[in-house]
Amino acid sequence: MARQGRPASAPGLLARLDALARAAVPSVTTALGMILAAAPVGLPSLLPAVGLAGVFFWSLFRPGSMPALAAFGLGLLQDLLGFAPIGIGVLTLLLTHAAALRVRRTLTKQSFLLVWLAYCGFALLAVGAGYLLQALLAWQVPPSLPAIAQLGLTIGLYPLLAWLMTRAHRAMQRAEVLA
Amino acid sequence: MIRLSIPLRHALARLSVPVLIAAAFGTMLLGKADTLLVERSRMAVADLLAPLYTAASEPIGAVRNAASEVWTILNLREETARLREENERLHRWHAAALAFEAENAMLRRQLSFVPDPAPQFRTARVVADAGGTYARAVLIATGPYLQVAKGQLALDERGLAGRVTEVGSRSARILLVTDMNSRIPVVLEGSRARAMMVGTNAARPRLQHWPSGMQPQEGDRVVTSAESATFPAGLPVGIVRIGETGWPEVELFARLDRLDLLRIFEFGLAGILPPEAVARPDPSIHPRR
Repeated sequence: MARQGRPASAPGLLARLDALARAAVPSVTTALGMILAAAPVGLPSLLPAVGLAGVFFWSLFRPGSMPALAAFGLGLLQDLLGFAPIGIGVLTLLLTHAAALRVRRTLTKQSFLLVWLAYCGFALLAVGAGYLLQALLAWQVPPSLPAIAQLGLTIGLYPLLAWLMTRAHRAMQRAEVLA
Repeated sequence: MIRLSIPLRHALARLSVPVLIAAAFGTMLLGKADTLLVERSRMAVADLLAPLYTAASEPIGAVRNAASEVWTILNLREETARLREENERLHRWHAAALAFEAENAMLRRQLSFVPDPAPQFRTARVVADAGGTYARAVLIATGPYLQVAKGQLALDERGLAGRVTEVGSRSARILLVTDMNSRIPVVLEGSRARAMMVGTNAARPRLQHWPSGMQPQEGDRVVTSAESATFPAGLPVGIVRIGETGWPEVELFARLDRLDLLRIFEFGLAGILPPEAVARPDPSIHPRR
């Protein structure tokens, strides 16, 4: 027999702040990661690798917290931190976001290895698009070695970043269940 | 927050991606059309982040040092042998240098030679990599104590590293000599032939435009040229190496992969001025003759 209880009380200020903070975690941590990746460690392509992994992962597993506007902002940050013609990062990250949203229903159920494999495809397309746009906007053919290095770094760094982001994702899920 | 009906919200969500993609193309066009705006916003972001980078540079430096320490220990044996050999060679050079110094002093006394003033420089810390995949640039932290201007030269402790291309209030961007857009006039010390050092994004920039019949030779020392009064003459740059394609390249003295401090040379820029300065001549810049 179903008993009618009292209606749930409106969420308090703290609960709302908490939810807001959780919603902001994906984009803020990705932005922070990108800023730190620009530190001089001798790996010039670290920044786009971090940005792409962040946008891909969160668009896939927590699309509510990675809206298109956040992908746009992260792309802009990537362009402003780097020296490349502006707009390349914005476009590649937005397209990654849109494509990840399309495939998320099938991809989120798969194992990590398959997701990584899919990410390899995404990275290949993103780096290729970046290379083409760079060639078009700067009107000279950029050397191909940095692009290959960027692709390798983007793919190779994903497991580590995904591990970190999965931990954050699980922690947030637990917090949501409790709330 | 504004409350919207669910269908309207769905429609907005569906629209946002195409609209933002159009905005991305708009950003690209804007970046091509108004480079000054892009430069200003880049420097604004860099200025905003400069304190953060300065704070982060300590732990990052510690990690890098630890990594290089491990590497050093692994290569200790070869390093010792190399140093011993180099030390012997340098001892011979030391003797030669002393002899040259004495001879030089004697010749100068006879000629009443007025030496060039030693160029003034300030030292700044490299805080971030500002290049990206297809560019080679670094960000330095500046401040009230260190005023830099566009076009000034940056050297690390060994040789030429780059030029100041963008200046903000707390940071400045240095375009490294390996960048594709870098062109540096140089002199080959042996033959006194002038040439252009052109960046290719690879570790070694190429030499171009040397006078006919003065092909750069392997091992020639390359220094900056005072051509067009843009650079102080004689700053060390590197050594000529013949690349795999047979094209002469410059092996740089500067270690661009591990820059931490840069010396910024305050050299009166009399030659090529930045575009804004051409439009409105700055009375504070006096050409040094």
